Amino acid sequence: MAKQLFNQPSPLETRVVSKNFAIEGSETLDVYLKNDGYKAFLKAKEMTPEAIVEEVKTSSLRGRGGAGFPTGLKWSFVPRTSPKPRVIVINADESEPGTCKDRLLMEYDPHQLIEGILIAGLAVDAHKGYLYIRGEYRYLIEKMDRAIDEAYAKGYLGKNVAGTGFEFDLCTHSGAGAYECGEETALLDSLEGKRGVPRMKPPFPAVAGAWALPTLLNNVETFSAVPAIIRDGGAAFAALGTPKNGGTRLVCISGHVNKPGVYELPLGFPMMKAINEVAGGIPGGKKLKAVVPGGSSCPILKADECDIPMDYDTLAKVGSMLGSGGMVVLDETTDMVRFALRIMKFYAHESCGWCIPCREGTTWLKKILQRFYEGQGRREDISLLGELSKNMLGRTFCALGDAAALPTISIVEKFTEDFEMYLARQEVMV
Amino acid sequence: MADIVKLTIDGKEIQAEKGKLLIEVARQNGIEVPAFCYHEDYTLQAACRMCLVEIEKTPKLQVGCTTPVAEGMVVRTDSDIVKKARKGTLEFLLTNHPLDCPVCDKGGECELQDMVFRYGAGESRFVERKLHVDEKQWSPVVYFDAPRCILCYRCVRACNEGMGVGALGVGNRGAISEIVPNHQDHLECDECGACIDICPVGALTSGTYRYQTRPWEMEHVGTICTHCADGCKTTLGVRNDEIIRGNNRDRSGINNEFLCVKGRYAFDFTKHPERLQSPMMKTEKGYEPISWSQALEVVSTKFSEAKARGAKFGVIGSNHTTNEENFFLAKFARQGLGTNNIDHHRTGDLATFFDALSGKTAALASTDDVYSAKAVLVVGADLAQQHPFLSFQARANFRHHNAHIYAVTSGPVREDNQAVASVRVQKGGEVAGVESLRDKLKAEGDLVIVFGDSVQGDALRKLIAFGDSLGIPVKYVCLVDYSNSRGAFDMGVLPRDGGMSREQMLAASDLDVLWVVGANPLKSGSLASKNAFVVVQDLFMTDTAKQADIVLPAASAYEKNGTVTNVCGEVQRLKQAIKVMGTKTDLEIFGQIAKEMGLNLGIWLPDKVFEEIRKTVHGYGVSPALLAIGPVPTMPLNGRIAALPGAIQSSGDTLFTSGSLTPYSEILNKVMESPGKLYSGQGQ
Amino acid sequence: MTFSPQLEERFAKMLTRYPEGRTRSAVVPMLIYGQDEVGAVTKELIEEIARRCKVTPLQVDEVVGYYSMLHRKPQGKFHVQVCTNISCQLVGGEELYEHAKKKLGLGHKETSADGLFSLEEVECMGACSWAPAVEINYDFHHFVTPEKLDQLIDGLRKAH
Repeated sequence: MAKQLFNQPSPLETRVVSKNFAIEGSETLDVYLKNDGYKAFLKAKEMTPEAIVEEVKTSSLRGRGGAGFPTGLKWSFVPRTSPKPRVIVINADESEPGTCKDRLLMEYDPHQLIEGILIAGLAVDAHKGYLYIRGEYRYLIEKMDRAIDEAYAKGYLGKNVAGTGFEFDLCTHSGAGAYECGEETALLDSLEGKRGVPRMKPPFPAVAGAWALPTLLNNVETFSAVPAIIRDGGAAFAALGTPKNGGTRLVCISGHVNKPGVYELPLGFPMMKAINEVAGGIPGGKKLKAVVPGGSSCPILKADECDIPMDYDTLAKVGSMLGSGGMVVLDETTDMVRFALRIMKFYAHESCGWCIPCREGTTWLKKILQRFYEGQGRREDISLLGELSKNMLGRTFCALGDAAALPTISIVEKFTEDFEMYLARQEVMV
Repeated sequence: MADIVKLTIDGKEIQAEKGKLLIEVARQNGIEVPAFCYHEDYTLQAACRMCLVEIEKTPKLQVGCTTPVAEGMVVRTDSDIVKKARKGTLEFLLTNHPLDCPVCDKGGECELQDMVFRYGAGESRFVERKLHVDEKQWSPVVYFDAPRCILCYRCVRACNEGMGVGALGVGNRGAISEIVPNHQDHLECDECGACIDICPVGALTSGTYRYQTRPWEMEHVGTICTHCADGCKTTLGVRNDEIIRGNNRDRSGINNEFLCVKGRYAFDFTKHPERLQSPMMKTEKGYEPISWSQALEVVSTKFSEAKARGAKFGVIGSNHTTNEENFFLAKFARQGLGTNNIDHHRTGDLATFFDALSGKTAALASTDDVYSAKAVLVVGADLAQQHPFLSFQARANFRHHNAHIYAVTSGPVREDNQAVASVRVQKGGEVAGVESLRDKLKAEGDLVIVFGDSVQGDALRKLIAFGDSLGIPVKYVCLVDYSNSRGAFDMGVLPRDGGMSREQMLAASDLDVLWVVGANPLKSGSLASKNAFVVVQDLFMTDTAKQADIVLPAASAYEKNGTVTNVCGEVQRLKQAIKVMGTKTDLEIFGQIAKEMGLNLGIWLPDKVFEEIRKTVHGYGVSPALLAIGPVPTMPLNGRIAALPGAIQSSGDTLFTSGSLTPYSEILNKVMESPGKLYSGQGQ
Repeated sequence: MTFSPQLEERFAKMLTRYPEGRTRSAVVPMLIYGQDEVGAVTKELIEEIARRCKVTPLQVDEVVGYYSMLHRKPQGKFHVQVCTNISCQLVGGEELYEHAKKKLGLGHKETSADGLFSLEEVECMGACSWAPAVEINYDFHHFVTPEKLDQLIDGLRKAH
């Protein structure tokens, strides 16, 4: 059964969350049940909520959306005994440039996601879930709706999940095109029917989130990893990765590679191996120039900085982030000025506009880069880009300001020669 | 007793209540922390990032407006990194903000100007193209210039939270975010102008004030608004003897920054072209202007002659003249003319009210009580239309203290949005409606009951009895209309001791003299006596003036000194802002007539008359020193009060009408919501 | 204002999903699904949604300009969205967009006179590893070359 996936799988993958992808009919409940489906849920039903959270902590699963916050710890923040009912919100807004993995989890294994949500429901005593899916993923909203309907019809959602008496209701909720709605508190405002503007923390969503209720909010991939963790144990999951960076993750390799695609690799997998062996190396034998390790919000890495294992802590140590898993590979022909401009166009367009530094800063940086790209750059623009970015860093209401500043600072500092080249060209033309 | 914590700000050791906001604590200790979006009356935003400060042991700069103080905190607001942050934020703000200062109304009182002078750079490094959209007009009163807007969201909060109208929102995203009005291209709202005054820059500007002057060219006179009975302070900007604008940005008086459309804009009646500026005498050819000496001679001669033959006088006083004028007029009627036939348009049953409360202390609510009570019950009144400041206070009480609001009215009112319970009743069924809330009200800590004119006579007594029966502290506000109805009552402009009421005077076919001061009874009534000599003192040729023999041009409240008493019994001082040529204050007119008649009724200067009021009117023994700086409560409760003849009826004014001044305020008539409607709910 | 039976059913379900008194949550999904049927976010649609979700029209209006996928003017029957963000840019996304402009004779957010096509340069749509990516209405297309784009457009035009 040669099921046509979006890209060819790699033999170097370690399949945990993607283990069912290639199976024909993997999106149906019957196939899911035949492939270890709901074993984890039934096991979790017999565990105490504290034990479930402990197991997730042991796995050292960290948020797969981008921030990489330890998941078990996040789950423990939700007060199980509050008088207000708890809700679960699943972040399927996936809009970080370079990232296309949650799409596959919903497309090929929707019931795994549902099972992960149910286990989270057991862990924090929540009985309502809202799957916030970006508006552009309409076909996936429909697929999830079908999967959810199937689950209800066969008793795997609703009043008596899998005959255990556990009650849980799940529904999808459509976004309408806004990157900022991937930020967890902005997502909550969007879920409440407002503009996706982030909220002050504290209070944290765990205490007062959607509709001021205690909310557990995680990324699609994070929830999707939970069934495996409960089924095979947190320790087993952890062992796949590196200490404090347990398990595997879906890495989206794109850009200048022969075999771009989404591959599930254990945490700690060497970056150069991912580029050269998993993704088939750079086309035309060109040299590597830079790598964006985890989505456009990360500081960029020069070629000589890429010989590292890919996990949260290592990437943080070298001044970048593992982020959303969107790894973009740039070869020697890449115009870094043009690249930086496109990144800044994105942030200027997506800035929600709430706070001054991000709203005005992203637009200003975009205009400088635009002018530079069009051949009207000045020498002082190079240092100005860095200074303005640093005026945004750490000063904004939410992390989008940092997400715009960090790549700009890193590109300007590490690839100053690209900017110099533009200036040199201008002098020649004059 | 709250927990006190010790912290250090800029090396200064400070003690503060635990949990208070850092920005507040700093400001209260004389340390300036700049902020645009922070406003102590509204929800926190942390959007402008100007208040970032350095806190030891935290890696990032923290916003002072949402950080609560804690024991041992060490804060620096003057370090290099903080200065750099402020400079950077201002630089960002100025990238799209146009250099409009030379043509922007806000110049000279602009918070952005102030901040840039203090914390900004001398030059901008921005050499790109600024974003531009054209200016928009959203109503006769509100203009919006989007490029100037710094998106501090104060206007949105002021409209939504403060006023409870919600006519402003935020649209679009990113650098093209914009404040949007509730009807795409225009506003339908209270037209109160709160958004304009709370805007720190010149993004929202006033349609009536545009391009007229600079703030430093005006003299600012703080006086009391002459429209409804709430007694808000309005600071009038005067230039060359013309009132150019009104606002309360200096937060003086009882109303903080609050003003409604009348308090802010409806001063324009003072310069209406039909303003009377000369005494008029009725002749066969119509009304002819005559000199003051001529007019006063005619009036005094007629009065003296009528008094000598024991003629029947009728005096109808005003509910927007000052206490001094009311006191003097009452004295004139009783001592000077020997008559008890003096009355005014009574809009609330104060006689029954004070009678029912006799013997009680602490039963009168102040405007502050409406803000601080645990529960507020509104009976038979559309506060947002008729008493906008009281409505604001109740709403602020709900916002800041989670007070319980109750409404018993004949139609939807704005208070429904915050109310614990709203009861709809027919007019006359208010007390039964209130009774249905007994259990809920009994459980409150304390209560303020605000009631309108449909609760009068027996119903009023029943309401007081109901309040007594709750077993909790209850205070009352008996609503009256017009700027000095309480003053008219307290000063005795009343048909006591067998005097005729207004209606009776108009119906008396043998009335010899009718003296009408600042009132318009013949708008809806007719004069039975065909041969009465009618003297009218007013600002315009009202319906009553059109039937007068002599019309005397009077000064408005903005053109004289004196005191007025608001709906809660708080007496406040008026301050003369301008003088309109040809007019005299009512007090002066009384004094001059008295002089011509050879009567000795005392010196007709406001200060002197007030001295007499202090000594002789019960409850008005207030300290002049206190009165000089703010409102002073009066407590005119003194045993039983005999019932008075005559009808009691509210003026039924809305936000866009003001009794007989209504046709003369251009701005009130220009706004599309005019004339407004009672009991229509939100008002949107 | 009434919608098709399917949309009415969807709206009715939406209003029951959220906690008591929180019908405002249905505003954004109603807008995007309603827009699909009405063609654009019209004043009428805003007022209808405001009524059903028990919010003011202003509260709905505020939201419309914030979300990229909501538009007040109708787009083409086939709305062609070309991504030019980083992963697509690296493999020719921007050139593909320039090609699309020429092919369709349209600029960013413009609609053809016959109402058949409209074009938009969009941000990352979540197809980075299969770039260049194009979305037509809600359908994804991967590894799109100028030739492939021409085929798609021609095919759609022929079928109408």
